[in-house]
Parts: sequence; structure tokens; C-alpha cells
Amino acid sequence: MKILIILSTAAIVMASAINLTSCGGSAEAAAAGYNAEQVAEALYTVLKSDRKVYASKIVNRLVKEEGVIEAHEEWQENKALLLPAQFFREGAEEVDGAEKPFEFSYSLQSLWPLNFENAKKRTPAVMEGLAAVSDESSEFYGKKWVGEEELGGRKYFVGIYPDRAVAPACWDCHNHHDNRKEEYPEFKKNDVMGGIVIRIPKA
Amino acid sequence: MAHWLQRKKNTLLWLALTAVIGGYLTYIQTSAKDKTPLLPGITTHGHYQIEMECSACHVNEKRENVFTSSGVSNAACNQCHGEDLTAFSDSHPVRKFRNPENAIFLEKIDAMSCVACHQEHNQKITQEMGVTIPNDYCAHCHEVTLESLDSHKELSFLSCATAGCHNFHDNMALAPSFLVKHYGERDILEAPVVPETNALQRWLDEGNKEREPVTAENADAPAAKLEIGTALHDWENSAHARAGVNCSDCHDDPKTGTWIEQPGMSFCMTCHETESVDFQKGKHGMRLAHVGLSPMKPSMARQPMHEIAAHAELSCNSCHDPHTVDRQFAAQEACMQCHADSHTLNYTNSKHYALWTAELAGGVKGSGVSCATCHMPRVERNGEIIVNHNQNANLTPNEKMLRNTCMECHGMQFAMDALSDHALIHNNFSGPPTKRHPGMGWAVDTAIAKGNEELAAIRKYLEAAVDENPEGLTPADSTPNRQTNITITQ
Repeated sequence: MKILIILSTAAIVMASAINLTSCGGSAEAAAAGYNAEQVAEALYTVLKSDRKVYASKIVNRLVKEEGVIEAHEEWQENKALLLPAQFFREGAEEVDGAEKPFEFSYSLQSLWPLNFENAKKRTPAVMEGLAAVSDESSEFYGKKWVGEEELGGRKYFVGIYPDRAVAPACWDCHNHHDNRKEEYPEFKKNDVMGGIVIRIPKA
Repeated sequence: MAHWLQRKKNTLLWLALTAVIGGYLTYIQTSAKDKTPLLPGITTHGHYQIEMECSACHVNEKRENVFTSSGVSNAACNQCHGEDLTAFSDSHPVRKFRNPENAIFLEKIDAMSCVACHQEHNQKITQEMGVTIPNDYCAHCHEVTLESLDSHKELSFLSCATAGCHNFHDNMALAPSFLVKHYGERDILEAPVVPETNALQRWLDEGNKEREPVTAENADAPAAKLEIGTALHDWENSAHARAGVNCSDCHDDPKTGTWIEQPGMSFCMTCHETESVDFQKGKHGMRLAHVGLSPMKPSMARQPMHEIAAHAELSCNSCHDPHTVDRQFAAQEACMQCHADSHTLNYTNSKHYALWTAELAGGVKGSGVSCATCHMPRVERNGEIIVNHNQNANLTPNEKMLRNTCMECHGMQFAMDALSDHALIHNNFSGPPTKRHPGMGWAVDTAIAKGNEELAAIRKYLEAAVDENPEGLTPADSTPNRQTNITITQ
């Protein structure tokens, strides 16, 4: 599991670090002309792919199809797989604690959260972005939403990217979870269940 | 002159006072044996042993002032605590808060800095575990949890970390699925024994060659040394001799080959590295981890100690006579030589002690309960069973004893009840627990509400057993032992 996290983290850093060798200043002003939005999109490509692989080829295959192991919120206690959202968060925390060529961070948020502690971290910008990428009537539905926000006295580029249901393990768990509220939608394949939030500090 | 003196009186007084104070501090710093007047305040229980090794915490890292509380870096704390924090998957590592979305929490509590919650030299505000912020600190971020859990709605945030349930760093002790897994266990499990250690095998597995046992005839000490006391006889009958460890292995300087009368811990480490490293993490040995400090003595301890042992120096040899290598002595009598607190003094009145004496009298190996059984538990590390020589490791806080100690022999509910019963700890568990810890019940209620039929059946069984024997039985006494997979008929 640790190896997966490390590989995932390495892939993210490598993918996003292409041509971004300068450490000073903001990523937006980084060398080779890649701006924050482009960097965030590159990150999203890696994150989305890793998340899809973990959810479908690891969790769904081993838990749903082959039934050889459980995925459990208390994964250490139960010698189980991490839930996909936990796997994603563990990777994000590894990245937060790692040496990086420039600062960035990412997380998972949703308009229909199961982890209420995590949901408290949704900022006004994130709520706006989540609504935009999750609302079928929005021009941003299923696409990216980008903006700016200030957190802890620092300005950030913030991008919200759709997080889709890729395997039965995703929607089955969310549709039957104890923390699910009545007003939450019944998810099915390819639905936008939330958003990946990527932040890159401005200068 | 007199007029000048009169005019400059205040200045001169100030100069004189400065000279006296400066001189005193210089004397303390350079010549005095006792340098404690330099301390800004009383140090916590976890650090007082090394309080005179200022640089252990006040590491110069180009900070503005390392001698302010905020000048102590996380790196300094991690030198000693980092490994443990990693080992039990710290549930609130600094990296968890680096994402800027945590700004709303960091405004309320600086969870990025160890010293934000653990100030030193500030006894007035220091609580258990060296915490120096109000005990309801969980409220800063976890209001939603308290509101969303039916079992927790009536609870105060003051109780999260003080009731034996949650711990900011090591929050594994009472995970809900761990609790329900052990619901319905008997107070005392069937035929409880602790696992056997395999130190010699571990040593061999590390690539060391097995040696032939040695006897007095093969002893390679200088002849004069062989005549001293009972050392030769003791050694010949020891595990060391059986493992082929000769006199020179411990007494010869590895560089010069000269005889060393009293070899120190570094010699023990040659074969017992894991144990020695662990020893230096606990309160017994932590001074030895700092070059400038003398070994710990009972006279330095804050807990009650026997006067007669006041000046004994703590090292491997304090508990393990190197010639007899008597592990039974080390497991109990060695502790009682020094410790004089009520828990220790009451040990010989306890059932644990009765089991220990029964084992020593030829009973089942591992069935006795010595001081070491609980405070230096046999734990699995990388597939090996080792004795954890950091005797403080499972006391921070004491619910950490559940997994690696109490539950070797006791059902979980019984163990939780006992560990949260201060009077019982005081009298060394010389009776049954008097209060029931509610944590298990909450977890089981929640699981049953979610449709866990197995737990519902166990609860039904327990309730029926109490109804049948309302006076003579406690629920735990009548519980089927889940370890033996007794089938419960619904």
C-alpha cells in the first residue's frame, strides 16, 4: 500500500514538474510558460488516472469481483484496503509533507459529503466550483472550474475538476453509506460525485 | 566623594546587583554541580530526566530564539518521538494540516507545531501527557463528530482525551471495529499465557554463528578474576554460557583487548541492540541516550522510591545481573528494589502475583504476571517476539496497554474497565473493576442499530444470562468466549 502511495506521489510530482524547474515565485510565473491552470490540469490528469486505477483495478476488482479482501474505513484495524477517498487523502498528505519544486495541494470535496469533518473545509470558492461542475445545467458540468481565493492571508489559484463514479464500488458505497443524507442523489456510473480541488499559491 | 556616591547611589546599586546576579549565574553555569537554577520552570514528567541537557530540545536551527517555547522546533521533538509517531500512524501528523484548506482550523489551534500544545517548564498549565492547552481542544475541529454521533451527543469535549477513549496522536486504542470484535469476551480468557521470546533465534537470524556452550573450564578471564565472588559459578549456569558467550565477549575492550572491569551498555548492545535502544527511550534509560548526562538514579525520580536504592545507577545491569542473567529477577524483584509507590507495594497482594509465584513454582510457562508482563510486554516486531524495554511505551496513555498486555489474558470490556479504574490501579488490581467503561456499549449499540445480527445475538445471550443469575454473575462472567468460536443459537 505504501509503495502505491509513493509511486502515485512520485508520478504526480514528476508529471507536474515538467519544465517547472524554477523554485522562486509563483507557479504561474514559472519557467517555460506553463501557468497555474495548465499545471493544475496536468496534476488533475494524473490524479484522476490514479484514482480510477485504484477504485476500479484494486478496490472494485479485489472487493467486488473477486471478494478476496475488504475495503474498510478502519483499514489498519481490519487489515483491509483503504477506501478510495482515504487512499487519495493519504497521497495528498504525503505530497503535503514532501519536498516539492513548487507549492501545490489537492483534496477531494463534494456537495454530498460522507465525511463531514472534511466537508467543513469547503470554502466559498470550492462550493461555487463544486456546484458548477456537478450541475448538469451548468456550462461547467463535467468540466473544470477555476477561480481564486485567499486562505490564511495568502492568495491561491483554485481549480475544481469533476470526480466521477468509475466503478460499482464507488456508487454502491456512497448510495448505501450510513452518513448519506436523504437529499443526496442516487449515483450511477459516470455521475459527477464531487470534485478534485487543486490549489497553487499566487506570488 | 560622599556627595558623588549619594548622587550615583541608584546606578551603583544597579551595577552591584547586576554583578551579583551575573556572578551567580556564571558560577552556576560554569562551576556548580546543580545547574537547575538555570531552568525557567519545572519540567514535565516526560522530560525532567534530561532537563539539564538543554540542547536536547533547544536545537539551534537559525530560529529567532531557541530558548523561547516557540523557538523549539518540531525536529527537536521528532528526534525522540518521531519514530513512535510513525510506528502508530500518528492520526494528526503535521502534514495533515499543510493543505491551505485547513486554515479555518489553524486559526483556532496551531496544530502544525508540537509546542503549541506541549509547552515545557510551565507546570501550572501542564496536564496529563504534557498537554498545556485546555483539555477540550478537540472542539476546535470536531464539533460535527459530537453532533452526528447519537452516543456522543451528551458528552463534553473535555472528556474526549481524558476518559480513556481518544488520543490526539495514537488514536488506534479504541477503534469501533476493534471494540465490537471483542464484544462478549470473558473476563479472563481461556488458558492465558504470554508469547515466548526468541532473542537467541533473532540473534542467529541476524547472521551470527551459533556457538557451542561454554563451561567454567573454558572461561577465558584472567585467572585472578575467576576467583572473585560467585561470578564464575553464576555465569556457568547462565543463558550466556549456554549460548557460548565467554568472559572476554563482555569484558575485553574490542580495540585494545584489555580487561574492562565493569563493561557498560555498549557491550550489551553488541548482541542486544533492540533491547538497549528501547531502554534508552524510556524513563529508565533516556539519560543514557545523552552523552553529557549520568545514568538515571532513583533519587532523581519523582515517583516514590525506596531510600535504600536512592543512589543506584540505572543501566542494563541494574535489572539483569550479567553473570546470572536471571530474567525472573529482572521481571519483578528488580523493579521492587526501587519502586515504592502504592501500585508496586500492593503487587504482592494481587492475583497477578499469585499467578507469578505459581509459574515460578513450576506452573505453565508464560502464565504468571510479573511487573514486566505488563510494563515491558512481549510484542511482535517484524515477525519476532521481543520484550519492549521501553517500559513507558504503553503508558502514554494507559489504554495502549489493552492490545499488547491486558488482552493477552483478559476480555476487552474487563480490561477497559480495569484500566479506567484509578482505585484499582492504586491497589494493583486486587479485586474486580467497580465501574463499566461505556465505550464498548456505544460501539455495539451503533453496530446493532446498523443491523449487526451477531452482536445482537451476543447481547441477547448476555442479557438472558444476567436474568437467570441476577446476583451471582456479571454479564462478562457469563459470556461465551468468542475466542473459542462458540456458536450462539439465535
